[in-house]
Amino acid sequence: MTKERAVGEKRWVNGVFGLMAWILGALFFFPVAWMVLSSFKTEQEAATSPKITFTPTLDRYREVTKSTRGLLSFGQAFSNSALIVVSSTIIVLLLAIPAAYALAIRPVPKWRDVLFFFISTKFLPLVASILPLWILAKQFHLLNTRLVLVILYTGMNLPLAVWMLRSFFSEVPRELIEAAEIDGASLRGQLTSIILPMAAPGIAATALLCVIFAWNEYFFAVQLNPVSGATVPIWVTTTISTRGNFLAKLSAASVLASIPVVAAGWIAQKRMIRGLAMGAIK
Amino acid sequence: MTSVRFEKAMRMYAGTTSPAVNALDLEIGDGELLVLVGPSGSGKSTALRMLAGLEPLDGGAIYIGDKDVSTTRPRDRDIAMVFQNYALYPNLTVAENMGFALKQAGVPKDERIKQVQEAARLLDLEPYLDRKPKNLSGGQRQRVAMGRAIVRRPAVFLMDEPLSNLDAKLRVQTRTELAELQSRLAVTTVYVTHDQVEAMTMGDRVAVLKDGFLQQCDAPGVLYHEPANIFVAGFIGSPAMNLVSVGSERPLRLGTSAIGFDPAGEAALSGLVGAVSVGFRPEALHIGDGPLRARIRTVEDLGSEVFVHLALEHGGENLALVSKMPVPFSGHPGDEVSVQISGTVHLFDADGLRAGSSDARLLS
Repeated sequence: MTKERAVGEKRWVNGVFGLMAWILGALFFFPVAWMVLSSFKTEQEAATSPKITFTPTLDRYREVTKSTRGLLSFGQAFSNSALIVVSSTIIVLLLAIPAAYALAIRPVPKWRDVLFFFISTKFLPLVASILPLWILAKQFHLLNTRLVLVILYTGMNLPLAVWMLRSFFSEVPRELIEAAEIDGASLRGQLTSIILPMAAPGIAATALLCVIFAWNEYFFAVQLNPVSGATVPIWVTTTISTRGNFLAKLSAASVLASIPVVAAGWIAQKRMIRGLAMGAIK
Repeated sequence: MTSVRFEKAMRMYAGTTSPAVNALDLEIGDGELLVLVGPSGSGKSTALRMLAGLEPLDGGAIYIGDKDVSTTRPRDRDIAMVFQNYALYPNLTVAENMGFALKQAGVPKDERIKQVQEAARLLDLEPYLDRKPKNLSGGQRQRVAMGRAIVRRPAVFLMDEPLSNLDAKLRVQTRTELAELQSRLAVTTVYVTHDQVEAMTMGDRVAVLKDGFLQQCDAPGVLYHEPANIFVAGFIGSPAMNLVSVGSERPLRLGTSAIGFDPAGEAALSGLVGAVSVGFRPEALHIGDGPLRARIRTVEDLGSEVFVHLALEHGGENLALVSKMPVPFSGHPGDEVSVQISGTVHLFDADGLRAGSSDARLLS
């Protein structure tokens, strides 16, 4: 991209806009940067007046990862989270891809109503559904299992995935599917050799959002699975004692909890931007 | 032997009141190149898509060979289609694009490569086989789309405005190549275009459609010289035929001059009642000696010939006419000139149907 002013634009106007963008960006980034910095400090340094210069230490990271104070170790929580997030995301994609195909490429009758129904399931406040969910989970002996979160995260992300994938599939040019149809491709052939490869950036973006939402989910996890199969967000809150100075340890735990989603976002960044900016395919 | 037959084929889109294709009867012979031509909304693309199986029929039937394919899936019809925007698979290379149908059909890999190579040689695509479509020029993409169709050796080629995305010069060149290729392969072809020049130059026969109805299906020369009705007369030929409504009085007059027909024309005219229209091609209108005065509006000098746009008083209104003159032509816009008809004049009845044609002249 080249930096160019629009014709007749004053130079200082561009400068002001640029400055505003930087200020806004810094405002958003500041708390994150503060957290990362605090995680490398001692508790005393973190608790006292802010200082930029300090001797960084990894001790807080050692403390939180070795801590036995919480319900479970960091390693356990991490593997629980990874298992739940990955399996729910895979199930979401397996269910959402055929649904999105049916809505985008061969619209079923009343497909708009179907689409609205999908998203309407997200209107209900979570807190209103937690009691019935808790009772159901208890009845089926799912409390404190990883399975309950796999099911709930699948349900939570499915509407979003169907919506996103539908819009990506709709952008596969109609003629391509018709050409594949005339060229003798079966439904499976059309999907695997044309539609899915073309919608790949969109599928990546969808998968990434599912991963992020499932990884960060706290409410269901704390209500339905607070002990044996607990996830990283629960580990963060239970492993830190709120007595005395805990800011540096909390920062370290939070950084650890954020690394996977930040890394996933970083890796998928290019594809995701292409995917999220509609018109990805043309 | 693969012929194609439409029998009272009908397609009505949901939410419309008149069919997009209405009771279409059409027979396309084995190895023939038939062009479907018409303005936008005439139903030509719909008719082609019905033949491809991409649009369902709401009535009638379509036969490929002796087989009624009206409800057959597209992939079981043994057809290949070239789309207007080529519809190349962007994620596949040229070779994979061309071999796609063979792969779907389960043709072994070596055989596939051989056939793709062969088609690529035919279309000068050999250097590009490993490229992705986005790295090709428009003309190359068009050839890949052609290649994808011919590799399959289908019973019928369907082409939906395959040249309309090319620039003018390339379009004319590709037009010739495509017609040659088609006659060499001798595969029955249905070709859709809105460009009547393309239709006339390429088609063994040309079917003219309007508002879902077939107007006329004939060899290009017949369409030009014996149009079935006033629509075909005006649609075929460039510049268009001069069409003038001359009312119901006899003798017929153009401006102040009576039109004198030869005996065949007089006979046709005597059977006509009601308002009559006459049509004559630009080459039948001469500037020079003549009984009628007209004013030159513009002069289009094409080098090989000159189109002179004229205005003349007819029935109290300014009538626009076109004359085709040989070079050199010395008139200028604004000049008053004399004009004469020397050539065929077509007579159309009140319903627009051609009642007859004959040589005619303007009488003083």
